[in-house]
Amino acid sequence: MSAATITATPAATDAHIPLRNHFRHTGALIRRNLLWIRQDPESMFDAVLFPVIFTLLFVYVFGGSIGKSLGGGQEAYVQYVIPGLLAMMGMNMSQGVGTGFNTDFNSGVMDRFRSLPIGRGSVLIAKIVVELMRMLAACVILMIVAVLVGFDITSWIGMLGAVGLATVFGSALMWVFITLGVTMKSAQSVQAMGFLVMMPLQFGSSIFAPTDSMPGWLQNFTEYNPLSSLADAARGMMVGGPVAHGLWVTLAWSVGLTAVMAPVAIHKFRTKN
Amino acid sequence: MGPGTVLGMTRIDKNPNGGNTAVTVRGLVKHYGETKALDGVDLDVREGTVMGVLGPNGAGKTTLVRILSTLLAPTAGEATVVGYDVLRQPRQLRKVIGLTGQYASVDEKLAGWENLYLIGRLLDLTRKDARSRADELLERFSLTEAARRPASTYSGGMRRRLDLAASMIGRPQVLFLDEPTTGLDPRTRNEVWAEVKSMVGEGVTVLLTTQYMEEAEQLASELTVVDRGKVIASGGIEELKSKVGGRALRIRPVDPLELRPLAGALDALGITGLATTTVDPETGTLLVPILSDEQLTAVVGAVTARGITIGSITTELPSLDEVFLSLTGHKASAPQDAVPTDTREEVAV
Repeated sequence: MSAATITATPAATDAHIPLRNHFRHTGALIRRNLLWIRQDPESMFDAVLFPVIFTLLFVYVFGGSIGKSLGGGQEAYVQYVIPGLLAMMGMNMSQGVGTGFNTDFNSGVMDRFRSLPIGRGSVLIAKIVVELMRMLAACVILMIVAVLVGFDITSWIGMLGAVGLATVFGSALMWVFITLGVTMKSAQSVQAMGFLVMMPLQFGSSIFAPTDSMPGWLQNFTEYNPLSSLADAARGMMVGGPVAHGLWVTLAWSVGLTAVMAPVAIHKFRTKN
Repeated sequence: MGPGTVLGMTRIDKNPNGGNTAVTVRGLVKHYGETKALDGVDLDVREGTVMGVLGPNGAGKTTLVRILSTLLAPTAGEATVVGYDVLRQPRQLRKVIGLTGQYASVDEKLAGWENLYLIGRLLDLTRKDARSRADELLERFSLTEAARRPASTYSGGMRRRLDLAASMIGRPQVLFLDEPTTGLDPRTRNEVWAEVKSMVGEGVTVLLTTQYMEEAEQLASELTVVDRGKVIASGGIEELKSKVGGRALRIRPVDPLELRPLAGALDALGITGLATTTVDPETGTLLVPILSDEQLTAVVGAVTARGITIGSITTELPSLDEVFLSLTGHKASAPQDAVPTDTREEVAV
């Protein structure tokens, strides 16, 4: 074997992986993550059931009374809460990427991937692509349920824009959850941590109810909560109202989160033993 | 024609025993804070041979394998695999190695076939080649029937075989097996041994870590004994066996008070070559290393001549503990709790 008898000079740089191979690797890993879903359909429960349950719960439990304060009834609340739930969808779905990575690292399969001549980014990108698919699936299901409970889509383009914005924000959040997933010891703790962070952010926002009746300190919080901006922008796009402010604030948050957390996540991912 | 030829400039060192070195490790150090997982390890594995790395838990075996398979960066020192440096040329290196970790590193949610197909695609095989390689390896490792079942339904032995199959997809030149049979029952262990032997028959160089002398003897031609991140002995398996005794004769006199006088008498015979008789007061037995049937006969003769009653005589392969006892004078144990005990034992010796 000639390869075994010969060595490179110290100056030789590491072999370059052609772009096509990166695509092939990422494709193979996307297939793997999709097979996971086929093998374990329960992993789609959050994407499928979450939009259904939240929509039914909020519309029928709180819809009447919050709708009254909006100057209408349950129908008014449907128009209010659906864009909010859409905003929430990106955030909730982005959590899965953290628990998924944690499982991979703990099971040793990540060792196998890392001992193969592939770019480590392929593993990361494949996971993100599949999570985005899940996110979009959840959005579609939400919109179907929304129409069933009487949501009136006034602008289809606006709806697509809102889905897009929620996805952009959700992908930015994924970097936070990837960091958590790589750093924390078990998948359960990643989930618990995600829950702890998300609960106050979700409810301390304009997602479920208008903020004007909240106490001043909470209003301050909701004002700076990116989920409020996202929900307001989605609402503006889907049912009419101001869009620009919420849109820019959400985009700024997305860019900021990605700029700060993506390098941290990638570094943690690359250097994790 | 390998990837190394393109960049090839210098030949690597010839091993003094002849044959090219597939794995070279020089002064390898890995610290985790205060803990020295590896503390200056030197090692050579000749092409086409099986190197056994024998040591107790916490000796640094897994750390060594993780560094050699580029999963971990060393604190200091150098290591190359078929000439590729672990730090400078990790990607070329990954093309020529296969890894089977201590815990089966297969995707449990995927079917056996899907696991192998995925790795084939990650190793840049075409779809067609990846498919046929997966079929071929499942057949070879007797997993064809379970090919479409998720790996989570496999038994421990099947999972380990799938793991071995996965590490063979890229036709590696060097295979790292980290405790391949730990946690397997004896029958399954024999199956895995047979697979490893057949892989070696195909010319793969293997570096294998183990806690069992028996496993090392079955598979390895050369042995490196490690303890607390240091190499404490190395050489051909026969050479080491003669140091620690190829077999050991365990003698239990009915009267424990006979232990030490009997040990003295046997040592005085001068028949046991390099190693000496050890007394194990806990079990009330003597362990006599023997190298040949003649020595066995001589020892039995000497025991009979003393006219003492013997409860039992058994022959056994030396355990890891006994190997350590012979080589270092202390028992193999995890580094944390070993330090105080060892100091005492060494004083006693």
